[in-house]
Amino acid sequence: MDNEILELLDKDSELTAKDIAVMLNTTEEEVRSQIDRFKAEGIIVGKKVMINWRKTSKELVTALIELKVTPQFGRGFDQIAERFYQYDQVKSVYLMSGTYDLALQIEGKNLNEVALFVAEKLAPMEAVVSTATHFVLKKYKEDGIMFESKQTDDRQVMLF
Amino acid sequence: MKEFRPETQLNDTLTSLPPSGIRRLFDIASKIDGVISLGIGEPDFITPWHIRNAGIRSLEKGKTQYTANSGLAELRREVTVYMKRRFGLEYTEKNVLITVGGSEAIDLAMRAFIKPGDEVIVPQPSFVCYGPLAKLCGAKPVYIQLKEEDGFKLTPAALKAAITEKTKLLVLPFPNNPTGSTLTGAELEAIAEVIRDTKIIVLSDEIYAELTYTGQRHRSIASLPGMKERTVIVSGFSKAYAMTGWRLGYALAPEHVCAALTKLHQYAIMCAPTASQYAAIEALSAGDEDIEEMRREYNYRRRLIVKGFNDLGLKCTEPEGALYCFPNITSSGLGSEDFCEQLLSEEKIALVPGNAFGESGEGFVRASYAYSADHIKKALEGVARFLEKRKGANRL
Repeated sequence: MDNEILELLDKDSELTAKDIAVMLNTTEEEVRSQIDRFKAEGIIVGKKVMINWRKTSKELVTALIELKVTPQFGRGFDQIAERFYQYDQVKSVYLMSGTYDLALQIEGKNLNEVALFVAEKLAPMEAVVSTATHFVLKKYKEDGIMFESKQTDDRQVMLF
Repeated sequence: MKEFRPETQLNDTLTSLPPSGIRRLFDIASKIDGVISLGIGEPDFITPWHIRNAGIRSLEKGKTQYTANSGLAELRREVTVYMKRRFGLEYTEKNVLITVGGSEAIDLAMRAFIKPGDEVIVPQPSFVCYGPLAKLCGAKPVYIQLKEEDGFKLTPAALKAAITEKTKLLVLPFPNNPTGSTLTGAELEAIAEVIRDTKIIVLSDEIYAELTYTGQRHRSIASLPGMKERTVIVSGFSKAYAMTGWRLGYALAPEHVCAALTKLHQYAIMCAPTASQYAAIEALSAGDEDIEEMRREYNYRRRLIVKGFNDLGLKCTEPEGALYCFPNITSSGLGSEDFCEQLLSEEKIALVPGNAFGESGEGFVRASYAYSADHIKKALEGVARFLEKRKGANRL
């Protein structure tokens, strides 16, 4: 049942403990205590709303940055990653397999701001060997949610 | 020249069929803005992408011509593999006819067996097509009114009482639309026991076979000793794989019966749509997980909606299958149609009056849970307000 609670919340974080209890045929208390445990153990780490900012007046540019870095003796990549993810502008940081080491997702008001951030804050760091900046032109789908095509209920009334 | 009215020339049986009660209600609903409907009986999921993609690929490859009358050999083979894997039923390709939806298979089975004067036993509440199709073949539908206290299950006693020497066919509509009732192996065996000594053919409509929720897999009456040779199973892709619009189903029948169904199908339809058949091969061969995922989601919603109605005092027998619950609304003091019409005009919530599915559906409404949890909760809140207002009015 643990994973079922998480899967339900993953799809709809607004479900209440009461709803989940009914859906999984268990008690509200049981669901609450599970959710508390998930939070305490760092399994549920937060929740947020998915927003398509493109449809608002807010100026927002997203870029994916590939970084090649020199790992540090004894600490691998973790400490370098930490130096990146402390920045508010850095929305995601992943350690990657393949031709580069870290992938960063960066947000800024415009191209210039993002480019400057990379040039002034990331590139000069000692461990950074090289950077490649890719600007996101359009977001079609993120975390399983479609951004550009809304599914409408087109079902017709039938005689059954 | 006298005015010619071609409608006067229509088949009397057809013109005398009553128009559906649901249609009238939904005509009203279509004129109201912002209706929250729990009325629709088809999956809200869209067909999984890998299945849609198989249909698209078939078009890209130019598979745009007729298939064999009985359907693609590969698809028929996949149907037999699927029936064995999912339901333990042994069939060969010669037992399979691919049809335009389960509905065509029902129509074919009726027309293949019924002669004018025959009787067709139809348990109700049930899907609305059986009686009218039987009448169009010149048969007399004999309705068995299933009861809430029996869990809307067909009992051997009720069946025995309905059988006469004219009985040609028994329709077995389980898992049931609209009640959600299912039959266990033992319950099926009790029915089979009544049928075995007769010449009655069983038309087992198993379109909801994949959608059962209480841990028990659907059991087909054809799996019981001596029953496969007198049973036509009707099923399809619409409900299990969310493929309603592809219009694809199948009939499983003894070889000579299947040949007769195929002959009829050949005259009336030629063959089922080719692109749909290619998509269906993908569905059967790689779609078990899709079924499981949708079934699980339906089950969550089923529990939500059943608890919701019960909490409102509209008693709801636990629906074990299909996509519907069937709450008893007599505590509201209203009949099914009044309940639905007033609920629609006051709270803009659309349910289907239970009597649309037969006499014994009076006093009930059908609510579909092929809707998101959020949508279901909104609808239940509206029903709560509706009932609350009536309580207030009764006190005055």
